Amino acid sequence: MIKTVIIDDEPLARSIVKEYLQDDKDIEVMQECGDGFEGVKAIMQHKPDIIFLDIQMPKITGFEMLELIDFPVSVIFTTAFDEYAIKAFEAHAIDYLLKPFSKDRFNKALKKWKEQHANAEPKQNTTALLENTHKQPEEQNRVVVKNGNNIKIIPVNDIHYLEAYDDYVKIFTKDGYSLKKKTMNYFEQSLNADQFVRVHRSYIVQVQQITKIEALEKDSHIALLKTGVKVPLSKTGYTKLKSVLGL
Amino acid sequence: MKDLSYKKLSFAYIAYILLWAVLHVFVFHRLGFSWQIALVDSAINNGLLLTLSFAMAMSLKYFSPSKRNALMLIGWSITLAIASAWLSNFFLLQIFITDVDYVALLHKAFLIRFCVSFLIIEWVVLFSWILNRMRNRQEMDARKADVEKMLREAELEGLRQQLQPHFLFNSLNSISALAGSKPEEARRMIQQLSDFLRGTLKKDDKQMSSLQEELKHLQLYLDIEKVRFGHRLNTEIKADEESLALLIPPLLLQPLVENAIKFGLYDTIGDVTIQINSSVENKNLRITISNPFDVETAQPSKGTGFGLKSVQRRLHLLFFRNDLLKTEIKQNLYTTTVIIPQTI
Repeated sequence: MIKTVIIDDEPLARSIVKEYLQDDKDIEVMQECGDGFEGVKAIMQHKPDIIFLDIQMPKITGFEMLELIDFPVSVIFTTAFDEYAIKAFEAHAIDYLLKPFSKDRFNKALKKWKEQHANAEPKQNTTALLENTHKQPEEQNRVVVKNGNNIKIIPVNDIHYLEAYDDYVKIFTKDGYSLKKKTMNYFEQSLNADQFVRVHRSYIVQVQQITKIEALEKDSHIALLKTGVKVPLSKTGYTKLKSVLGL
Repeated sequence: MKDLSYKKLSFAYIAYILLWAVLHVFVFHRLGFSWQIALVDSAINNGLLLTLSFAMAMSLKYFSPSKRNALMLIGWSITLAIASAWLSNFFLLQIFITDVDYVALLHKAFLIRFCVSFLIIEWVVLFSWILNRMRNRQEMDARKADVEKMLREAELEGLRQQLQPHFLFNSLNSISALAGSKPEEARRMIQQLSDFLRGTLKKDDKQMSSLQEELKHLQLYLDIEKVRFGHRLNTEIKADEESLALLIPPLLLQPLVENAIKFGLYDTIGDVTIQINSSVENKNLRITISNPFDVETAQPSKGTGFGLKSVQRRLHLLFFRNDLLKTEIKQNLYTTTVIIPQTI
């Protein structure tokens, strides 16, 4: 049995996917979700083989939802937006279907999945997909994280600093920290470079949070944040910070 | 001709004057002067000509008189020719003062020297002038083509705005879904979509519509969106009776309502009510559009700015005022207020 979950905020858009799936007796629709939050829960619960995913949805986009899932799942995008889907995901999503799509086109996407599924482990898909988002970060103005079962949207302005933590990055805000499975390089590239500075291999700091730069000894500095936290500065980080601050 | 650079042009001038210089040497030799005199005479005379006409050609590059002032060019050429002939004579006299025959010739031939100089300079000047004019014409044509292209693009962008591809494709997708299960509703939605599109395309930017007409058109749009989003989307339109007859630029509200829906639906979870109210305020039309939103996660930069900006721009073009559109956030309600002046 092939398990699927349909995630789209428009009920009729979900119903057409369901209708197209009806004839395929191997496929079972486990759940329909109207937003990314439900989507995350449903994916964790049902561990589907394929998800049909819209991009523009309430609160969090389809892309942001994918970032919250540790579970490997094949994705078929269904969207009216050709501008993202085609460019970024042609290579890695199983397929993207531009609304409105015909049944033939839909079946082709399914067939593509079945072919890929037959000769490769499905794991590659989301990992490859997410790696691709690593490679092409747009400037982001918020970060979506998951703490246990809670999904939180952090506006980047609220971020005090980021710290590397194994495969994760700790995102510090006034409410403590959240973990996100991304690299420091990803954040360095996707955050506004005038606002966030990579001051150390393991630290990125929001410039407005810095109250003071102190010299510990020769060639060794730390930045003191408003919250009282001290962040070490590497040599190159110190130079970078100075140039951003215009010193 | 287009590719004739100034560098190539300079070479052409030099070659042209060199040709004259060689001729000059032979003519003087034939008149019975030594090769030395012929060579020096030619070198000085033509060297001067080359310098002066070159300076002239270069200055024409920066200042090109119009057709009406083309006579000026002849005047300048005459001046330069006199200068060139006089200077040649002056230098040559200094050098060959002892050669009586030659000095006599210098005096006698002044007029000829002037005439030849004039012809040479005039030719260079005229040629430069014509070339420059052609070049300017070409540049102007290119600029005109650029402007036209920009205009066309702007027009296309406007059309694209009007058609709202995302709205259209998503609506078509809904119709496609309904066609299978509820063909009657599909048919109704096709009707609504057609009426809406027809209304959008028909609107003339110069003519004002009544609020009543505009609200009717807006209602078509809202009905379609309601089919798409189901129970999540509710709308409340409250229009004061006396405001309905007031005038409003066609489709002005459309982007504002679109924003409200987008903002409301994508920024919150659960049901959303979009409120549209109209009233008369100081004889002007006052319309407010509000939608719920989440203060914490709102992304005002994403997409919403464009719609507001285009409305602002339109209002400015129509009424020369920048204070007609205002937005306000109260708790979790985002409200846009537009004032439409009624005195035109």
